[in-house]
Amino acid sequence: MITVRSLLDDAWYQRYEKICNLNIRSSIYDVTNACNLRCQGCFFFSSDEHLTGEAKDVHDWEAFIDAEMQRGVNLAILIGGEPTLHMDRVEAFFKRLPTFCASNGLVKVPRDRFPKMMVGISLWGDAETEKALRGRDTFAISSKNYAGDAYTYYLYTITSQQVGRVETMVRRIRDIGVKVHFQLLSNDEGAEGFAWKPEQLAELRSEMDELLDRYPETVISSRYYHQVLTTGTMLGRPFGWQECPSVSETHDTRVPQPRRLIRFIRWSANLKTTHRCCTSATRDCSTCKDGAAHMSWIMVNKRAHMRTTQDLENWIEVYEMFAKLYRFIPW
Amino acid sequence: MSQTQNGSMERRIAEILIQELKLENVTPDTFDVTTDLVKELGIDSMDLTTVVLVLQGEYKVKFDEDSYPSLTTVRAIAAQVKQLQGAAG
Repeated sequence: MITVRSLLDDAWYQRYEKICNLNIRSSIYDVTNACNLRCQGCFFFSSDEHLTGEAKDVHDWEAFIDAEMQRGVNLAILIGGEPTLHMDRVEAFFKRLPTFCASNGLVKVPRDRFPKMMVGISLWGDAETEKALRGRDTFAISSKNYAGDAYTYYLYTITSQQVGRVETMVRRIRDIGVKVHFQLLSNDEGAEGFAWKPEQLAELRSEMDELLDRYPETVISSRYYHQVLTTGTMLGRPFGWQECPSVSETHDTRVPQPRRLIRFIRWSANLKTTHRCCTSATRDCSTCKDGAAHMSWIMVNKRAHMRTTQDLENWIEVYEMFAKLYRFIPW
Repeated sequence: MSQTQNGSMERRIAEILIQELKLENVTPDTFDVTTDLVKELGIDSMDLTTVVLVLQGEYKVKFDEDSYPSLTTVRAIAAQVKQLQGAAG
């Protein structure tokens, strides 16, 4: 029988032991339907998910979060809209359970109120691309708000037009003392010129690998994650609806049931509606490039990676990447 | 419960694990009931949920989800089943 021990040497086994019992049960919460940006390619507004209405009374949020904890959730991932427009709601989560807050970085999370809360700042490229897609160069502001912040990283959503130019922003992020993690734009809004071609994805994979090697203190990533994300395949299986682990339990009618995130639901800001998945129901799953979904896809398929030593080491590196992004293990 | 009955239950639980998780190159007779399921076999919480559902049907007991982290070996699972049966009986 193949065991973890039989596949790993002592050093890798020690790394495995540090992560194998984390047992994370996350869910995603739209904190608000409002945003201070309107980005081309943003699934939230293009899919009309912002039209659900939202709960206004913070006491309703507190009761809801308590019920979520009873449901077994032990990691809250806050998205939006822009969560920092409603700090009272963010605080209701933060006071109760480990919380990650996605933000565009235009509003600074006050660290005296939210010490050690993980913040992921969205970045879509260099100033030119940011202005084209988001209407302004957000890095110019977010870099001032979060320079040197030990609990912040940039979530660099790479567009096809950034291929060959990613290092510029990685260097700027390094220079302000913050980490960066990569994912890819899934352009389901048809923003012109931002669709992916296979050769671009292959080129980007090499570029991300090189950046990981060149900036190991800044880039939180793994080569295997780059491979799976850019090829859309894992262990010879294509990503898609029948494989995605990040489908809300309330929407998951798949037969047979694939391996998935236990308890995962993405909730609307009205606290009643649940969305199909971590992105939007308008997205074609077969071309989805969501980084978190691909990362989770690898993570929930641990035993499938117990074929060879290399497969299991790949799995460990991706799980470590996740654990670092949420600071379950040190950077 | 006698030692034979203990062994019988552990063997059956090992059999369920092998069947449900499609473990290869092991039989109920060769399964080491003290093997750590997470640290050695790579079993995760979804695997455990699958196995627990079968156990609940077979032994007519109800596992508390909070007890999952303690279900680290076949022997520990058997002990938990017996405890739950005792509490119910």
